[in-house]
Amino acid sequence: MNFSNLIKIAVRALVRNRLRAVLTMLGIIIGVASVIAMLALGEGSKRSMRQEMSNMGTNMIMVMPNFMRRGGVSLGSSSSMALKMSDVEAIRNEAVNVAAVSPEVRASGQIIYGNQNAQSTIYGASEEYMEIRKLNIKTGRVFTSQEVKSMAKVCLVGQTVIENLFGEGVDPVGFNIRITNIPFLIIGTLEEKGESGMGQDQDDLIVAPYTTVQRRLAAIDYINGIYASATSEEKSPEAITEIEEILRRTHKLNDSDENDFRIMSQSELMSTMTSITDIMTYLLGAIAGISLLVGGIGIMNIMFVSVTERTREIGLRMSIGGRGKDILRQFLVESIILSILGGLLGIILGYLIAKGAGSLMDTPAYVQSKAVILAFIVCFIIGVFFGWYPARKAASLNPIDALRYE
Amino acid sequence: MEKTIIKIAGLRKDYHIGEVTVHALRGINLSIDRGEFVAVMGMSGSGKSTMLNILGCLDVPTKGEYWLDGVDIRTLSKDQLARLRNQKLGFVFQAYNLLPRTTALENVELPLFYNSQVKSKERKERAIRALEAVGLADRMHHMPNQLSGGQQQRVAIARSLVNDPVMILADEPTGNLDTRTSFEIMELFQDLNERGRTIVYVTHEPDIARFATRNVVFRDGLIQRENMVTERLYARDVLKNLPVENIEEFETK
Repeated sequence: MNFSNLIKIAVRALVRNRLRAVLTMLGIIIGVASVIAMLALGEGSKRSMRQEMSNMGTNMIMVMPNFMRRGGVSLGSSSSMALKMSDVEAIRNEAVNVAAVSPEVRASGQIIYGNQNAQSTIYGASEEYMEIRKLNIKTGRVFTSQEVKSMAKVCLVGQTVIENLFGEGVDPVGFNIRITNIPFLIIGTLEEKGESGMGQDQDDLIVAPYTTVQRRLAAIDYINGIYASATSEEKSPEAITEIEEILRRTHKLNDSDENDFRIMSQSELMSTMTSITDIMTYLLGAIAGISLLVGGIGIMNIMFVSVTERTREIGLRMSIGGRGKDILRQFLVESIILSILGGLLGIILGYLIAKGAGSLMDTPAYVQSKAVILAFIVCFIIGVFFGWYPARKAASLNPIDALRYE
Repeated sequence: MEKTIIKIAGLRKDYHIGEVTVHALRGINLSIDRGEFVAVMGMSGSGKSTMLNILGCLDVPTKGEYWLDGVDIRTLSKDQLARLRNQKLGFVFQAYNLLPRTTALENVELPLFYNSQVKSKERKERAIRALEAVGLADRMHHMPNQLSGGQQQRVAIARSLVNDPVMILADEPTGNLDTRTSFEIMELFQDLNERGRTIVYVTHEPDIARFATRNVVFRDGLIQRENMVTERLYARDVLKNLPVENIEEFETK
């Protein structure tokens, strides 16, 4: 029997039992659709997270004071006074893989303009800070190193602050605001950044020279953190090692001492985040995969029932010249057609579900061709694997016994 | 061409059912010539159906020789037997064995699907010709459940004819049919036989056996008696004389 006859016979047999064929396919359709949709949503959220992360600067390195412990009691990281301005200077002078470095001093306070007021965080930094954190100027300018030295009362404001104090669309450059009763001149505004991956408003901030924030607002002589950028993303690990060595030396730590600071890099953070989404994706994919497996077993079940139910048909086919292998191939082709057709429909359905759910949840779904090809291959294998055994059973029947079967 | 189409010598068939061995055939010698019309008779369990299955290469004998159209069956593999059934034999069953939800035409085409030498155009033409030969040209696209019993059996006969076999084997072809329809089927067989087709059929009704040219009677796995039919019936005449009002019409259309 040639191939086109084989296909024709299998298709006719399936068309004869349309409803059963469709119901059998349903298992595969749902399984494939859920795998495709889950993988697409997982991939989509991973991509959008990665996009956001790179907006924050891929070679960014953060140094935070470590939790200070006194007698086994953690005092929290912000209370630590481990980081000093001298650390920043040391990194600036000695680390070759660091392109820029800035201290960060945080203070929060009431900001007042006219009869409006708002609560916000004021970040004290040096002029390199903008570049390291990928904060872009919308209007106005960044403060100068001269202004940093002279503790100038100048600041840059984020979009949320502008909205709260001045209303939308106002350019407040040149306006005077009061931060905890100290007058500041707005010299520039920051471009909008939107929400972070964690749902934090990245536009609710004020940036001012660190000297000003340190002395006039926070009244401290230490700094809250150090932001640095490596010369390139690849150099990031080396820059981290360098910074660690420098800080251990300047902090006079013995070999046995633990670091009194923590170093985090954006690339590290990114890989942590993506590995979390990866785990989620694989977990959901695995659950969907199980439903695909169940669909496959459904095919096997129906093929088995079909072999029993069609025993007389098999006997007849044998008596008019069908060989064992012709019967085997017919049943195998039937199950492969079922699973592949189910797979195709499942891919289409999964694509639609991914798009629909993606627009509902506001995460762009991304259907990878890799996933589609994988689903297709898996379907083919399911067809062969779960069709083989029933087909073998059909083919091994004795024509006489099959014909007499009641 | 050889005159003898079937030659059987010392044929035995044993079935093993658990510990018990059933001797279904216990040494059969039989030969059938080309163009013969043979009725195999006997009671249930006499071995006649086993005989027919072996003749049809659906079953293999335990012992003994069987030559079909000059070929020694014992030397053939399973696949070769299937090929032989496909190209030299035609089967007609008591229960018709048509594929459900499949048109008459597609049912008749079926054997040709297993012959890769027949192209799809030729397949269709031959199926149409076979249906015309059994007088069902106007029922080609009907499903089996839209046909009467007699018509279904005609489709089955068309299917057995479509591969142009050397011999047609029929297992109680009239067993499920009423008298008149049975005679009509026998009329068809006699027509085919007159045109040179070898036909062997199994029946337990003496009336039906009288349409053949020769009767072979089985008993307990042996041939009890073999005789030429002396007062042969011709279905065409019998049908003519059948009183119309006494006929039960089972046919739906």
